[in-house]
Amino acid sequence: MSLTAKDKEVVKAFWTKLAPKADDVGADALSRMLVVYPQTKTYFAHWKDLSPGSAPVKKHGKTIMGGVADAVGKIDDLTAGLLDLSELHAFTLRVDPANFKILSHNILVVLAIVFPNEFTPEVHVALDKFLGALSRALAEKYR
Amino acid sequence: MVKWTEEERCTIREVWEKVDVDEIGPQILTRVHIVYPWRETYFGTFGDIFTNTSILNNPKVAHHGKVVLRSIDKAVRIMDRIQETHAALSRLHYECVDPDNFKLLGDCITISIACKLKEALNPQVQAVWQKFLCAVVEAMNSQNK
Repeated sequence: MSLTAKDKEVVKAFWTKLAPKADDVGADALSRMLVVYPQTKTYFAHWKDLSPGSAPVKKHGKTIMGGVADAVGKIDDLTAGLLDLSELHAFTLRVDPANFKILSHNILVVLAIVFPNEFTPEVHVALDKFLGALSRALAEKYR
Repeated sequence: MVKWTEEERCTIREVWEKVDVDEIGPQILTRVHIVYPWRETYFGTFGDIFTNTSILNNPKVAHHGKVVLRSIDKAVRIMDRIQETHAALSRLHYECVDPDNFKLLGDCITISIACKLKEALNPQVQAVWQKFLCAVVEAMNSQNK
């Protein structure tokens, strides 16, 4: 299920709308992940405050969306473009790659909330495929 | 059996009160068919569901969306017996629908409701709503065991 030229066009076009709100989207998506899927808190046990909208959540949400922005720029070869990030997640952070899908779902929920009219089924499928491809690229170095 | 606190019951009902089955039902099935097109395999009698335009204009897709939400309505009203009330539906889908599809449908229901409720679907509400949908998905898979 690789990204078609149309998928990439849709992702890039939607990203121009999303970019000004990316930090807030990241913070909200991460907040939701921690609340709706509490098992994910295990990766952030060193934070003082994991509650929605807390300072560490906002900061990390911004970091995550910075990674997504980078991926949009490297959409033509995500595997090569995200090798360093993949190594980071595999060997340093040791995040179970099953969690990439969980975070992706929460990003999509936030996009539906923030862009209820623009998040059409056509945009949804392109973004779902993009986040899926991004997740696979992040899992590249795991084994 | 899933246990519900009184607060969870209230939250689920408050979410559901904002859902118009006739409005959201068609949106959900349309979204499912466009985002997960392999589901077409289960709807051979629906006619043309092979392009986004045909999906958006297909009355059988719209009708089935309402049917799905009416079963969710039943689950909201009888929250303590979801498995029991959905056993017949589970048997109906058994052996013809891959069980993973109920989870995909659940995700599309959450997304469609997010479009409608916007910020009212805050993280805590989303958590309770998804707990409820998991119970419905489990009930739909109950006859597979």
